[in-house]
Amino acid sequence: MKRKISFTLNGSPVVVETDAARRAVDVLREDLGLTGTKEGCGSGECGACSILVDDVVKLSCIMTAAQLEGRRIVTIEGVGQDGELHPVQRSFVERGAIQCGFCTPGMVIAAVGFLKENPDPTREEIRAGLSGNICRCTGYEKIIDAVEDAAAKLRGGGSGG
Amino acid sequence: MREDGRHFLQGPRLDAFSKVTGRERYAADEYPGEFLWAGAKRAFVPHARLLAVHTDRAAAHPGVVRVLTSLDIAGSNRLGIVRNHQPVLVDETIRHAGDAVALVVAESRETLREALELVTFDHEPLPGVFDPEQALKEGVPRIHGDNEEGNLMRAVRVRRGDPDGAFRGCDVVVEGVFETPRQEHACLETEAGWARVDEAGVLVVVASTQTPYRDRKEIAAALGLDVNRVRVIAPYLGGAFGGKDGITVQCLVGLAALSAGGVSVKMWWDRRESFLASMKRLPARMHYRLGAKKDGTFEALSCRLYYDAGPYAGLAGEIMAMGVEHAGSAYRIPNVNIEGYCVYTNNALGGPFRGFGVPQSTAGMEQVVDMAAEKLGMDPLELRRVNALGTGDRNCVGVELKYSTGFSECVDRLADHPLWKEREAWKASAPPWKKRGCGVGCMAHAIGYPALIPDEANARVELTESGTIRVYSGVSDMGQGNAGTYLRIAGEILNQDPATMEVIQPDTDHGLPSGTSSASRTTYTFGNAVIRAARSLKEVILRSGARCLEVEDIDSLELVPGAVRIKGSGRKAALRDVAALIDAVDRSCKGYFRTPYDESTLGIMYLGAHVLFSFGAHLARIEVDTLTGRIDVVDYVAVTDAGRVLNRAQYDQQVQGSIAQGIGYALMEDYVMKDGRHETGDLATYIIPTSLDVPDMVSIAVETDETTGPFGMKGIGEVVISGCVPAIANAFHDACGVRITRVPLTPERVLSALAGQGGKE
Repeated sequence: MKRKISFTLNGSPVVVETDAARRAVDVLREDLGLTGTKEGCGSGECGACSILVDDVVKLSCIMTAAQLEGRRIVTIEGVGQDGELHPVQRSFVERGAIQCGFCTPGMVIAAVGFLKENPDPTREEIRAGLSGNICRCTGYEKIIDAVEDAAAKLRGGGSGG
Repeated sequence: MREDGRHFLQGPRLDAFSKVTGRERYAADEYPGEFLWAGAKRAFVPHARLLAVHTDRAAAHPGVVRVLTSLDIAGSNRLGIVRNHQPVLVDETIRHAGDAVALVVAESRETLREALELVTFDHEPLPGVFDPEQALKEGVPRIHGDNEEGNLMRAVRVRRGDPDGAFRGCDVVVEGVFETPRQEHACLETEAGWARVDEAGVLVVVASTQTPYRDRKEIAAALGLDVNRVRVIAPYLGGAFGGKDGITVQCLVGLAALSAGGVSVKMWWDRRESFLASMKRLPARMHYRLGAKKDGTFEALSCRLYYDAGPYAGLAGEIMAMGVEHAGSAYRIPNVNIEGYCVYTNNALGGPFRGFGVPQSTAGMEQVVDMAAEKLGMDPLELRRVNALGTGDRNCVGVELKYSTGFSECVDRLADHPLWKEREAWKASAPPWKKRGCGVGCMAHAIGYPALIPDEANARVELTESGTIRVYSGVSDMGQGNAGTYLRIAGEILNQDPATMEVIQPDTDHGLPSGTSSASRTTYTFGNAVIRAARSLKEVILRSGARCLEVEDIDSLELVPGAVRIKGSGRKAALRDVAALIDAVDRSCKGYFRTPYDESTLGIMYLGAHVLFSFGAHLARIEVDTLTGRIDVVDYVAVTDAGRVLNRAQYDQQVQGSIAQGIGYALMEDYVMKDGRHETGDLATYIIPTSLDVPDMVSIAVETDETTGPFGMKGIGEVVISGCVPAIANAFHDACGVRITRVPLTPERVLSALAGQGGKE
């Protein structure tokens, strides 16, 4: 059954009319054209579809459209502001954390969410914090470098090297 | 700024910005206006005669546009590269569980899913063949009735010297049987694409593919189209690693589009379908025997390699041949008998995967080398150094190495590393219930295609009307970053900032045929072609610049970012103005390159051999939990000779990513099949490394200067992965004193190996 679902998307209010049981990832990609949110497994195992729901990292492939109602949603398209990259995005670029890039949006979202909870993490904490996001290209080392670097940037420690 | 001559080769990847913002559009990301969804009905039986397909109920389902079967295909309905025998839609025989028997085209994905359930088919089960060695025996059912050699797809044998006599003269002979598993690529982007018939009647296929030019021919033949009526476009891929080296969705989505009246049709396999229907790394069983003199000199190698191809040829025979060619790793061995067998089974499709047959045979060879070291009482790296291939030596199949060969230096650098030299102290300080071990593994990897297959690239570099530089890529970028590297190479030659330049992804309408994104060739082969094209364009630009600036001698001019300048003077002409003086056709220059080959190797083996190689030497330090059987890779060192490093970050991306896949291959990845059924369905049951499974890695580059390579480089994409299984397996033996000959080294296998040791625990 189609229903009107209202939520905040990347800072702006949106209303979509859709079947409440549809997957959130499909609403974002197909109805709203936000294809930055990827689907890698469809069953909550890879993290490619990660979005922020009220600042918390959630997997949009195992969320329904109804679960978006009234929430503050941030996708990769809304992570940066005013055309500027978010510090996490900047670090991913600078530290070579991107290869094929298909895991990247989910990985960036996961890192943004993780750093909100733990602004000064150790490498081991970063490893654990991102372990729900699979990357098949990089071997993770440069991703962890990037998150470490972004943490320093966000804490105001300059460029973080 | 350019004293080192490398300024424009360095810097972050040029595709990083669009990817990190989510703006890059992969094949899966296109929702082309009004469009339809296509989906395949999979067989789920491994071997059967197809008697009838019932499509009526599905076709009557609201929202279903068409249901297609093999009867709707006007062409050969056969795919293949060497042998054309894989049906797009099964017409007679189902040969593996992932074969497609029908294709449904529907208005929505939900409808598609419902309709696929409504398609049924009648079949008569046939006995299946699942073990490659058994498959070769008399009386076993044949998978292809017309194959003269039963289930043997291809055999490759290389014999040099007098192996039998040499073994008799050896002081030490070691042998073992080693097995490597079926490995799934598990790219984050599953197979995806869309197609439509355009206004001119051309079938346009946009797909996540490593091989647009080869696909174009296969699509045309299978669907019965003139090749000029097929256009293939390959946007950035969301990973591939060999898994998209060939047809996945292309023919299915093309077939659907042919019956959709100009409407676009999209296909995107979900993870379960991807696992079921996609190619895997060929599992292998390898019988190895190595003989050496007391001083460690290798005298003789004998091996038999069995590769499980699955039901169709694809590139499986060529993969096995690469395994044969690299069966002796990176050592001088004068007497060899190497036999490789690629065998049809009713298991999953076998196909290319980073390493292309080499990780398998290297796993066998590098373990018997360690066994020989133990028996000889020699340091394992010293034994490797004694036998290391150098320039002028002949490799195991007899090819003389005439190009850069930095293998000895790789071994020396590894032997000098503190993580090797201080290993005994580290091992001795293992915590309770843990055992520690340190192992090595070495490897070689050929660059490009074997001698018989021309390894060619055709680059096109253009000065646009607006004075910017555009590079037409002919080789897909599956994530390795070659597209951006082409810009950097052209920028280096033309002295233009790559950030101001544009790369056009492979499109059979605009680019030039340049082969596949595979074989560690993408930067080596196409990069060389880009250099040549850019040099030609440079001359065109300077000549036009001379007219602009009214000077006679083009040697008095130089290219600077955005302009042509008179050397030593401030006078310059903007590239926009320079471009205006050149005819459109002359603003675009082509460059051709063919990778070195040696015709005399054609007699050695099937397709001939390679002449150019990258090399490496690896070390793994592991910790084995004797209570749980879990292995942790604690440290990893990869020393690599892939020639000069063009861009350090991208080089290390290849090294680190390969190690992660290699750790998965060694410790956890096993695509399990039982009687042709896929027991491994998804990423919950097929475990690949996460950030918790891969340590920080040490990557050391031995920068030989490969004079045939672009700026001295050789391929880095594949060589590294072959070292991981042997380094880790040898480390396990070092830790526990027992060898597990079958990877992955899962906790179950570790615990049963440790239990078998009795009182030694």
